Amino acid sequence: MELITIRNASKTYKTGVTAIHDLSISFKKGEFVFIIGATGCGKSTLIKMLYREERPTSGQIYIGGIDVAKITNRKVYKIRRKLGVVFQDFKLLPKSTVYENVAFALEIFGVPNDEIHAKVIKVLDLVGLKKKAKQYPHQLSGGEQQRVAIARAIVNGPKILICDEPTGNLDEKTSLGIMNVLEAINKLGTTVIVVTHDTEIVDKLKKRVVVLDQGRILKEYAEGEYRHEAI
Amino acid sequence: MKLFRILSRNIRDSFKSVFRNFSLSVASISCITITLIVVAIAIVLSVNVNGFTRKVEKDVTIVVFLDEDITEERFKKIEQEIRQIDNVGTGQKDVIARSKMEIREELMKSSDTYNSVLEKYDTRDKNFLRDAYHVKVIDIEKMEKTANALKKIDGVDTVKYGEGMVERLVTIFNFVRRATYVVVIALILVTAFLISNTIKITIFSRKREIDIMRLVGASNINIKIPFIFEGLFLGILGSIIPIIVTTYGYSSLYDSFNGQLFGNFVTLVKPNPFIFGASGILLLIGMVVGMFGSWRAVRKHLKI
Repeated sequence: MELITIRNASKTYKTGVTAIHDLSISFKKGEFVFIIGATGCGKSTLIKMLYREERPTSGQIYIGGIDVAKITNRKVYKIRRKLGVVFQDFKLLPKSTVYENVAFALEIFGVPNDEIHAKVIKVLDLVGLKKKAKQYPHQLSGGEQQRVAIARAIVNGPKILICDEPTGNLDEKTSLGIMNVLEAINKLGTTVIVVTHDTEIVDKLKKRVVVLDQGRILKEYAEGEYRHEAI
Repeated sequence: MKLFRILSRNIRDSFKSVFRNFSLSVASISCITITLIVVAIAIVLSVNVNGFTRKVEKDVTIVVFLDEDITEERFKKIEQEIRQIDNVGTGQKDVIARSKMEIREELMKSSDTYNSVLEKYDTRDKNFLRDAYHVKVIDIEKMEKTANALKKIDGVDTVKYGEGMVERLVTIFNFVRRATYVVVIALILVTAFLISNTIKITIFSRKREIDIMRLVGASNINIKIPFIFEGLFLGILGSIIPIIVTTYGYSSLYDSFNGQLFGNFVTLVKPNPFIFGASGILLLIGMVVGMFGSWRAVRKHLKI
């Protein structure tokens, strides 16, 4: 069953740069997909369109049957609630503790305190940070901060987790640790889409891989097919 | 219940945020404090200028001189006719009868010269002075019309009210009053603009926070409310010092001048209940401007 369908999407920025050219692709429910490619290939634009940070200039992007491109700015939150997004720079609230950062994603929806507590502890346990709940982001390593960001992204139980260069700032060992966390989340049924340029990690995980080049799909590899030397 | 939970969390977080972003909060609060003190000074001046002009206006009196040969009976009857005229004050003391015998006695008491001159005019018939009425009006701007109506009463000889002078006074006072209103309103607008800009700068530095809120699926209203509450808290905190300055400052100013300036020419407005009203206005301005400033600043960041 297809959870995300992109049909003939193109994106041209006001500067005249076309980041995505007539791209069509779909992602199934429960999939783990890597989107890779050189800098400027359009991978970040592609996922920005998924969480409606950007609108396609033409084409459609369906998430769970809703055309994301048609959603107004006011209604963007409706689609964002179905998604979890993780960034290279973590985007944590520096003056809030690990617990508060994760709980924040639930508090704004009026979830009762006991439910928040249970959910936050559960996801912090999943990402291996249960013991650091009271610490502040600056007291954590880069890998740990990224785990907090992942915990925040999944605490609402989104169907899709989008990660934009989640290991961009991390060393190899830490990156692998993050990928293991993402794999564990994927096994729980969440569709995970990871944009990265770290092909070594992609090689190790043997997942579906989409290679972008100049805004177009250059190659696609089914699970287990990708080899590092391929691009 | 859910709404109540969201609201109470927003209030809690807004309160926390004021302290977590302490230096930015201090900047906003200082801006609110300084501008509200200026507004408070403008309000004090405006209210006192108004009070003074109203008092002067109230003191303006029309003197109605009656005919020389008017009978005592007619003199007493005229009061009713005066009271029926439009714009004549309705209070007991707004129309005061002054018989020529009373005036004579007062003059005689005031100096020995008058005493010796007026001594022999000791009956109504002999007394060459005029019976008169002192009339106060409701609206000083309609004074001329009222004076003309008074003139038409049978038995009235002349009407004096400082013609020309009163009209000029009215024009000047109206101008002064309008000017003070304009100054106060302009200052409130400048305050709103300054506070709103300061909050805008502080919120700009929290763009990341707003971005995160959007990313985790907060609706625009979800994002705005905590910032609006924060603006409200900043407004309340910023108005504390101006309120204290107004309350104690004005009271001690009033006490030190004994409520009067330039002899007893200008009477200051009494601190009670003025300071409570002024404090309320300052608090309200702080709250509204704080909320409005935050709302305006956040709105800018929501146009993604």
